[in-house]
Amino acid sequence: MFPPIPNPPVAPTSPGFSDKDLIRRSASSVPAPATRQTEVAKLIDVSKCIGCKACQAACIEWNDTHQAIGVNVGVYDNPADLTPEMFTLMRFSEWENPQTNNLEWLIRKDGCMHCEDPGCLKACPAPGAIVQYANGIVDFVHDNCIGCGYCVKGCPFDIPRISKVDHKAYKCTLCSDRVAVGQGPACQKACPTQAIVFGTKDEMKEWADFRIKDLKSRGFENAGLYDPPGVGGTHVMYVLHHADKPEIYANLPRNPTISPLVELWKGVGKYVGLGVMGLAAAAAVVHHLVAGANRVSPEDEANAEKLTEGRHS
Amino acid sequence: MTSDDGDRPYDVQPGDDVHPGKPVTVDRYTVGARINHWITAVSLVLLALSGLSMFHPSLFFLTVLFGGGQWTRAIHPWIGVVLFFSFAGLFIRFWKANLWRSEDNTWLRRIRDVLAGDEEKLPELGKYNAGQKFVFWGMSALIIILIGSGIVVWDEYFYPFTSIEQKRIAILVHAAAAVVIICVWIVHVYAAIWVRGTIGAMTKGRVTGGWAWRHHRKWLRELVGKRVVGKTSAS
Ligand code: HEM
Ligand code: SF4
Repeated sequence: MFPPIPNPPVAPTSPGFSDKDLIRRSASSVPAPATRQTEVAKLIDVSKCIGCKACQAACIEWNDTHQAIGVNVGVYDNPADLTPEMFTLMRFSEWENPQTNNLEWLIRKDGCMHCEDPGCLKACPAPGAIVQYANGIVDFVHDNCIGCGYCVKGCPFDIPRISKVDHKAYKCTLCSDRVAVGQGPACQKACPTQAIVFGTKDEMKEWADFRIKDLKSRGFENAGLYDPPGVGGTHVMYVLHHADKPEIYANLPRNPTISPLVELWKGVGKYVGLGVMGLAAAAAVVHHLVAGANRVSPEDEANAEKLTEGRHS
Repeated sequence: MTSDDGDRPYDVQPGDDVHPGKPVTVDRYTVGARINHWITAVSLVLLALSGLSMFHPSLFFLTVLFGGGQWTRAIHPWIGVVLFFSFAGLFIRFWKANLWRSEDNTWLRRIRDVLAGDEEKLPELGKYNAGQKFVFWGMSALIIILIGSGIVVWDEYFYPFTSIEQKRIAILVHAAAAVVIICVWIVHVYAAIWVRGTIGAMTKGRVTGGWAWRHHRKWLRELVGKRVVGKTSAS
């Protein structure tokens, strides 16, 4: 068993990180924080999940969201998708293992992966609406959010959701408020099987190694860690029993990266765009300086008068 | 809609007329056309300002003009809708006079003379020259691209209809088309300033005879010719 995070002290605790510890801030730059804090991570061991959704309930409770009561459409997923009120979602997949002919029930806890290189933050046009703390957590700052939905286009995992009520983007915060005072995220706290554990990224990798060895010894020879390098690694990682086939877990992307379209739009696109508009304006000014005004001459007026001579208006 | 004096109607438009005098004055745009134009122009400028505020972080401050980021994001697409319909009005009014003519090719070949202001070396032109026609058709195509791509990324009402990948393409196309239309707009405004006497056409609706003689002589001749046969149009 991974040693559980102790309960919080009763005395008030000052936060371990704040606005002074940002390593990235959308549409703006930040001074380097005094220290790159120890990176944190949440490890979700899919092989240990029993699908009880205690984590979903804890998430709703801690974040005080109000997911509307849905209808049963014959699957266990509830609600059907992530929503502005449901930051994490158990996705259930039935998969027939061709090697064993066994039906495997794969349950993946979906939600923000807290990418080390977050596409949402790269796409965001509003200064400070998305931030990344020095411990790796990616957070949305709703006061600064304009509701444009660019984060949705930037995210390789289809995570952010725009609220129809206040027109702001919502997603898992990795309980940055809890982590700031030395607690683990609410979902981790609620998980009865330790399918969710939380700690430093190194600790989590070590624990994952141990779990993967255990799974391999039980015949899951492709067990492995999901920490996709295409987004610089993530601060939410999975232990998968079939790490060679991430797609079978409700379409977990095999090699997620920020879309090249987003890189183009937010990279050279911006500078080329401003440059081209600037050049057009500069060309106009230069032309006027060189060519001077194009004026109608008195002869032109005289010619027009001659042409219209004898006509009545 | 144009002169009906037997010659092939060129591109005299309803309301175009010539008044002899000193100087000669020429009616170029009706009140309706001018109102239509200015609604379009104001929408285009507001769209450019609100769009640019989201395009580059250094321009985000422009959102204060619209009451903050949330308002800017919400209002931009609606101004786009106004622009679309308003421009459609201009399109219906002006498309005929913007059809391509053989002298437009000559004009383009002599673009050096155009830029130098040596208009005596150019062919006589109808109501619009090839540059104005480029602006007209360019704006028409770009506004269609902008409303098409804009609707795809208008998440408030159209989110479910396209995939995220399609939205990524659309926002890139939208940003690129916006850059191009802003450049076309710069050319358009600059031309109106450079060629003195032009702005009156869109404010007062009139230009002087000398202006028409210098820049659009074929159009002027046709307007005068219309009077020769005495078929004055009441418009
Ligand atoms: C014609 C109808 C148009 C529609 C429906 C439309 C819609 C949109 C939408 C939905 C967005 C995303 C932000 C938001 O939700 O407000 C956007 C962004 C933008 N629009 Fe438009 N728009 C239109 C026309 C224009 C025009 C004429 C221009 C330029 C003069 C323009 C320039 C921009 C720019 C620069 C952006 C930001 C792109 C970026 O962030 O890279 N738009 N537009
Ligand atoms: S998973 Fe999506 S929303 Fe979460 S940090 Fe990565 S890009 Fe941002």
